[in-house]
Amino acid sequence: MTAEPATITPAGPGRATLIRHLQHYGVYAAVLALVVFNALFTDHFLDLANLRTQLVQVAPVVIVALGMALVIGTEGVDLSVGSVMALAAAVLPLYLGFGAWPAAAMALLAGVAAGALNGTLVAVVGLQPIVATLALLVAGRGIALVLADGQLKQLRNPQVLGWGTDDVLGVPVVVAVAVVLAGLVGFAVHRTTYGRQLVAIGGNRPAAQLAGLPVRRVLIVTYVLSGLFAALAGVLATARLTASDPSAIGNLIELSAITAVVVGGTPLTGGRVRVLGTVAGALLIQLLRATLIKHDVPDSTAQMAQAVIILVAVYLARERRSR
Amino acid sequence: MSADTTAHVAAAGDTPQLPVSRVAGMERFAVAAQRHGALAVLLLGSAVAAMAFPAFATADNLAGIAIQSSTLMIVAVGMTFVIITGGIDLSVGSVFALGGVLAAWASQWGVLPAVLLPLVVCGGIGLLNGLVIAYAGLAPFIVTLASLLGARGLLLAVTDEGAATYLVPGESALLDLGRGTLFGLGWPVYLAVLLGAGAALLLQRSRYGQAVFAIGGNEEAAALMGLPVARVKVTTYLISGLLAGAAGVLNAARLGSGVTILGVGMELDAIAAVVIGGTLLTGGAGSVGGTFCGVLLLGVIQNVINQIGNLTSSVQSVVSGAFLAVVVVTQTYLSRARRLR
Repeated sequence: MTAEPATITPAGPGRATLIRHLQHYGVYAAVLALVVFNALFTDHFLDLANLRTQLVQVAPVVIVALGMALVIGTEGVDLSVGSVMALAAAVLPLYLGFGAWPAAAMALLAGVAAGALNGTLVAVVGLQPIVATLALLVAGRGIALVLADGQLKQLRNPQVLGWGTDDVLGVPVVVAVAVVLAGLVGFAVHRTTYGRQLVAIGGNRPAAQLAGLPVRRVLIVTYVLSGLFAALAGVLATARLTASDPSAIGNLIELSAITAVVVGGTPLTGGRVRVLGTVAGALLIQLLRATLIKHDVPDSTAQMAQAVIILVAVYLARERRSR
Repeated sequence: MSADTTAHVAAAGDTPQLPVSRVAGMERFAVAAQRHGALAVLLLGSAVAAMAFPAFATADNLAGIAIQSSTLMIVAVGMTFVIITGGIDLSVGSVFALGGVLAAWASQWGVLPAVLLPLVVCGGIGLLNGLVIAYAGLAPFIVTLASLLGARGLLLAVTDEGAATYLVPGESALLDLGRGTLFGLGWPVYLAVLLGAGAALLLQRSRYGQAVFAIGGNEEAAALMGLPVARVKVTTYLISGLLAGAAGVLNAARLGSGVTILGVGMELDAIAAVVIGGTLLTGGAGSVGGTFCGVLLLGVIQNVINQIGNLTSSVQSVVSGAFLAVVVVTQTYLSRARRLR
């Protein structure tokens, strides 16, 4: 072990290094700390049933947050994800007559269409992402409710219900999908041209344009992916619920997803996507909520704790830019 | 609007290839459409509605639209200030709900506590937003997202986790404030107009208002010019919090109770109204009058959909959303025409 000279740092090693480590590993450390705390102080926390429940609950948020991380990496934001989930939930039962897979395909197609609309408004028309996706946030759930006649529909298709209850290699379907997607997104960001272009555009859009990158195409693809992931989360959540409920599904999930992304260390100013951090961010929020609930801390305190955590995470991320 | 004028001069100087008269005409049209577009659409929409539905243009119906729009008007005025500085305030919906619940809770000790307590607490939340945004340099989007959660948590804590609903005592003068009328219009309408007029005056005619425009136009330039950027920002978020709280008080006074589930998504309505009213989300331009037109337009859309009858409220959100998209797309093209590119 002669690696000691590597730790030489310029003046002021203490604070700067600490902050950098906090930024890089803070989320993971926090998740680990919560797991250890719960293992010691929460009854039945390490039971298989409880771990399954936690993972199944967090999986839709992870799926939505992955798309959100890509969008935020381009210096954008997608507020419409909750409404797109509702849209997918409303479309799914309409096409169940053709079978489970075609119905799911139509639901995903609705998500792609929604994403394409967002992407066009942002990339071609040049709207601010907040406004462009706000329009669909308002209208999307309305369309979903019109499609569904404002009613909750019970699902009886055994295959769809299976997506909510079955296991793949001992892991619930929705969790397996989230894990596979996280892997794919991580690969796309770090190992493909698309990912490099996305990060470049988020870092400096005019420069990316001048460098001849296909800015519009990358932006549209990114919003389409976000819509697709949201629709996927909508389908899986609907299967889990065993009913299509467009009025409630995905409500305020955009806030959870943005929180997960930001807590995971992806800056809102774009130019950087942290996929594993996003997954850890979602887990952190889920574990935090679960911990507070299991120790009978009221919901009011839980929400205020979440607010403080967002602020602290963003404050730490801010230091990086002014370094 | 001094920032506006300089921008025009610079833009006109850069583009000698277009004939001057045509340039001026296009620009004048674009400016006028952007500034008065909401008013024009509001008048046009109301005229069409009045012709199509005989029940629309009755005094009762119009007074109903006015009173239903009054709370959103007050909230949207604060949002206008925030958006002109280039920021955004997502917490207003939660703060509005908190204000209403606090007013109903405090009304058992009289009218004065019922008005003051919500204003102090909601103003405090706005102040906190402003301080964190201005001095810690965090993005307004994320700070106010956090206070959206925080305010809702506080609301749950006050209402025994949402289980308790506080009623305003039947003899309380607070109810008169919410339900009383003058010349057929409810008191909240007059209050909203009064607050709006005061805000417009503050924005257009005061040093603070000019600083708000300057910061939204170019924050660095404003700081270099020696404007108190941080102080103006803090004041702006404070105003937004205060107005959201005041709207909550009025709503509680009108309903006679503090309803905990109100206000979810209200920030989006307020942003939509502000944007429809011609205020640019990029900051630096906008007006309170436009915001009023935007709020009324949303109210008219809702009313017309109610008049049609067999349509549900979900159709209303489809129409509002589509409308918002059309307005912002048009606005984007108009401001491009203005920049003559």
